[in-house]
Amino acid sequence: MAEEFDEFDELELAEDDETEEGKYLTFNLDNEAYGLEIIYVTEIIGIQKITEVPELPEYVKGIMSLRGQIIPVVDVRLRFGKPDREYDERTCVIVVEISDITVGLIVDGVAEVVAIPEEEIVAHPDLDETDSRQFVRGIGKVGTAVKLILDCQKLLEDDEMENHNQEV
Amino acid sequence: MAEQYMNDPMQEVFIFETSQQLEQMEQSVIKTEALGSYPSDTINEIFRIMHTIKSSAAMMLINNMSVVAHTTEDMFYFMREEKPELIDVSTLSDLVFEGIDFMKMELQKIKNGAEADGNPETLIEKIKEHLKILKENNNLTNSQAVNNEPVAEKYYISSNKAAKISEPKTYQVILQFEADCGMENIRAFTVVHNLKEITDSFKSIPEDVINDPDCVETIKRDGFILQIDTPKSKDKLEAFFHTMAFIDQIEIVELDKTMEIQEEICGLLSEDTIIVPQPRESLRACVTNKEAPVSSGSQSQSMISVSVEKLDKLMNLVGEMVISEAMVTQNPDLKGLVLDNFSKSARQLKKITNELQDMVMSIRMVPLGPTFFKMNRIVRDISKKLEKEINLEILGEETEVDKNIIEQIGDPLMHIVRNSADHGIETAETRIRQGKPRAGTITLEAKNAGGEVLIIIRDDGKGLSRDGILEKALENGLVGDEAANMTDTEVFNLIFLPGFSTKEAVTEFSGRGVGMDVVAKNIEAVGGNILVESVEGQGTTITLKIPLTLAIIEGMNIRVGETCYTLPIMAIKESFIPKAQEVFRDTDQNEMIMIRGQCYPIMRLKEHYKVKTGATEIEDGILIMLEGETKTTCLFADELLGEQQVVVKTLPKYIQRMKKIDGLAGCTLLGDGNISLILDVNGLIAQKRLKN
Repeated sequence: MAEEFDEFDELELAEDDETEEGKYLTFNLDNEAYGLEIIYVTEIIGIQKITEVPELPEYVKGIMSLRGQIIPVVDVRLRFGKPDREYDERTCVIVVEISDITVGLIVDGVAEVVAIPEEEIVAHPDLDETDSRQFVRGIGKVGTAVKLILDCQKLLEDDEMENHNQEV
Repeated sequence: MAEQYMNDPMQEVFIFETSQQLEQMEQSVIKTEALGSYPSDTINEIFRIMHTIKSSAAMMLINNMSVVAHTTEDMFYFMREEKPELIDVSTLSDLVFEGIDFMKMELQKIKNGAEADGNPETLIEKIKEHLKILKENNNLTNSQAVNNEPVAEKYYISSNKAAKISEPKTYQVILQFEADCGMENIRAFTVVHNLKEITDSFKSIPEDVINDPDCVETIKRDGFILQIDTPKSKDKLEAFFHTMAFIDQIEIVELDKTMEIQEEICGLLSEDTIIVPQPRESLRACVTNKEAPVSSGSQSQSMISVSVEKLDKLMNLVGEMVISEAMVTQNPDLKGLVLDNFSKSARQLKKITNELQDMVMSIRMVPLGPTFFKMNRIVRDISKKLEKEINLEILGEETEVDKNIIEQIGDPLMHIVRNSADHGIETAETRIRQGKPRAGTITLEAKNAGGEVLIIIRDDGKGLSRDGILEKALENGLVGDEAANMTDTEVFNLIFLPGFSTKEAVTEFSGRGVGMDVVAKNIEAVGGNILVESVEGQGTTITLKIPLTLAIIEGMNIRVGETCYTLPIMAIKESFIPKAQEVFRDTDQNEMIMIRGQCYPIMRLKEHYKVKTGATEIEDGILIMLEGETKTTCLFADELLGEQQVVVKTLPKYIQRMKKIDGLAGCTLLGDGNISLILDVNGLIAQKRLKN
């Protein structure tokens, strides 16, 4: 497992010099591949012990310690309304930071970092009202494969709205 | 030039120093006003501060501040030189305060990264007007004592070139700065800058104070050496340098016209002719005499200012170290091994870590004094505006609390004091009619009580009116029919609800009804709470209970299932393993236990927080008796893990934003790297009651 993460570290380091724009970290959940803008990603770590925090939505798994910093962890599967899955040695936590808020995202496993130019990203067709749709900013094409480009901001901020709606 | 000098560290120092000086000036003006006259040392102090601010503001190219300071300086220059006997203390103080407020506002703008764009014209007119009146009243209109600098001067351009009346003389001046003032090159630059006001023909060693990196050391070692051509007398020159900040010693020697300053310092120092003719001791004495009433100079020399951010980081690091120390010394790998030397070293490490922790904590502790003294000004302004007579009494200002807390309680305190002065204290006539002393009194008191600090704001005004509050609350729909059955305390607490204000008319100071709910929110944010007591006609007492520190608490770790929780030791009365037959339920299925003839409710953390794992049988766990403010409850947990000092961390923002979890005060890292949730006993008990 460790080797796997080292690989990613190197990957990211190598790209430090270049512009980070248009680069996406991709990960898989079930059959779909998702992309997160790399500028938001601070690091990728293996799954660690998570302390449950009561009275929170199911998808917030709790809090964990990242070298002394306490960060909340969100299970992306549950966030997207997918069924729960046992964590295994491929499960990782992607640590993202957006406007001073740091959150760990639990995913089944990370794949790679790919560059997707903006012109290769098409808008999401307004088809159905599935749960995960609101988080998808667009669909990126990499060769023949497609990646669902996530709106990181929404991923964290929409909770607030949802909560408000629930309260009302 | 502007870009070069508007860099951050300098601006930071400017803002810091200027606000401190303004603060100091404000305090002395308040004191003077109480005296009813301006003693000469206060005049000197204000003059000096204004002079410093004038120069430093000009250096920072903040002209409006500089001009205001200059005009004020002129006024005090006149007062210092002519010692007028008729001074309208109250109007003068108002003007000075107005000036201070103006400058504070501009400082705030700069701090927020905006332009200092306030218009000082009206203020300057007012001050000049006052100076004129002052002169007329004292028949000194023709006085020569006008500060010989034109007011609308552009400071970065040397002016006053025409002022050469007599034959210019050449002086050599050696300035020694105060030992710990720091940034000697910038001080020197200020001197040079000021010097341009009186003369434009001078040389200095080192020459380029800003760009020469070695000059700080040079100035420290040899002093700042100036050669000045000026028609002014030596005394005038000396007086001029005395007005500047951070100068410790001044040596002035009149030079022969023919003698030129040497390029090399060593060469210069070897010249016999420039050995100081005046005895150093007397000069120093003279300097200290002048400085003494101005500020506690010797005290400030042993102090340094550190940014709070760094302290926060240090605090976090020490917190991490406490945890790491526990990780090492309680490492599971060491279990069962007999390691005498290791234990010895580990004990030493523990001792040092604890000392370090105490030290860091004490660094962060700040006395409440300055925050309290700020209230002087508020009370003064209000009493003046509303023509009430109010005394402010301050007790226990030496009480210390954590720096973060001080920041949080400044505003709430101000709101409460304002409210007391504005709504609480009656006018003098009303007070006399009611048989009270003419002047109202507001008492600000701080004291330590266990792990808490109590801040008590007491006034002897008209008190809170139960009926008035209820009427208002009904009007605003804050209460319903239950109003009649509410206790006084409950009624008084209504004033902390948003949108509540009993005062009909909105005054300049308070009455918009936004104050008190903000107060409550701020106090709760630091984990404190507010108590209101009041007797109608006799006054109101508001008590703020504030935790001593936010950072570290003595905690007891308990386990429920796989989750670890921490309880503040202060809240724990006792713990015991219950027997099944002692526990019973009432008709609502509330669990209880009888201990020594007293009945206590049982709260199962497992059920309360819906923890999936953990003991369900009462005999498999332990009961911890918790004493809250209003109630005592027994908490059921799996086991006690042990006592530990824990560093309180707030829950991540993401979670805070999502929901406020009742009963959780924060979280902490344990020695084994696990996270424990810190329970807030009062919140927990209150919530339990709510659920019932």
